[in-house]
Amino acid sequence: MVALAISWLKDADQALQAAKNQQKAALLDFSAAPL
Amino acid sequence: MISSNFIPAKIHIKEQPQTFKRFGAQWTPTLLVMTPDGVEAHRIEGFLPVDDLLAQLTLGLGKALFKQEKFADAEKRFRAVVQNFPTTEAAPEAAYWAGVSAYKATNDAGKLKETHEFLSKKFPSSEWARKAMVWAG
Repeated sequence: MVALAISWLKDADQALQAAKNQQKAALLDFSAAPL
Repeated sequence: MISSNFIPAKIHIKEQPQTFKRFGAQWTPTLLVMTPDGVEAHRIEGFLPVDDLLAQLTLGLGKALFKQEKFADAEKRFRAVVQNFPTTEAAPEAAYWAGVSAYKATNDAGKLKETHEFLSKKFPSSEWARKAMVWAG
């Protein structure tokens, strides 16, 4: 639903781990948009 | 805005239905702002126009900082919502939490009274103005 230029991970746990390592917030986008 | 502030992940309903269930995502789009410790700070359900979405994401960043007890940083994010997106639904909520953050950072109850006055003046019809009425003193 947001800009296509963003590099999205495809795994929630991977994002949460990276967020923890980098002390940043994680953004989880639950989508049904066409693959 | 997203790349600089978040570690973003996109989860598709057809690929990962169990992840939807795990995080309680019952509708799309659903966006969750999570703290670095993996705690949900903010949930956005349903499509939003760009300004509303940016306001909600900034509000979420403020809430994530608030949950980490980084009250001064949280207040800055909340005030940015009010300043940059004053016509969005997020603005009065952000004004409320900016006041709470200022209070938590200083223990000065005057911050809450100021917040009540601001909300009453700028967003008199919002539920956040009604929530702040208790701070009228």
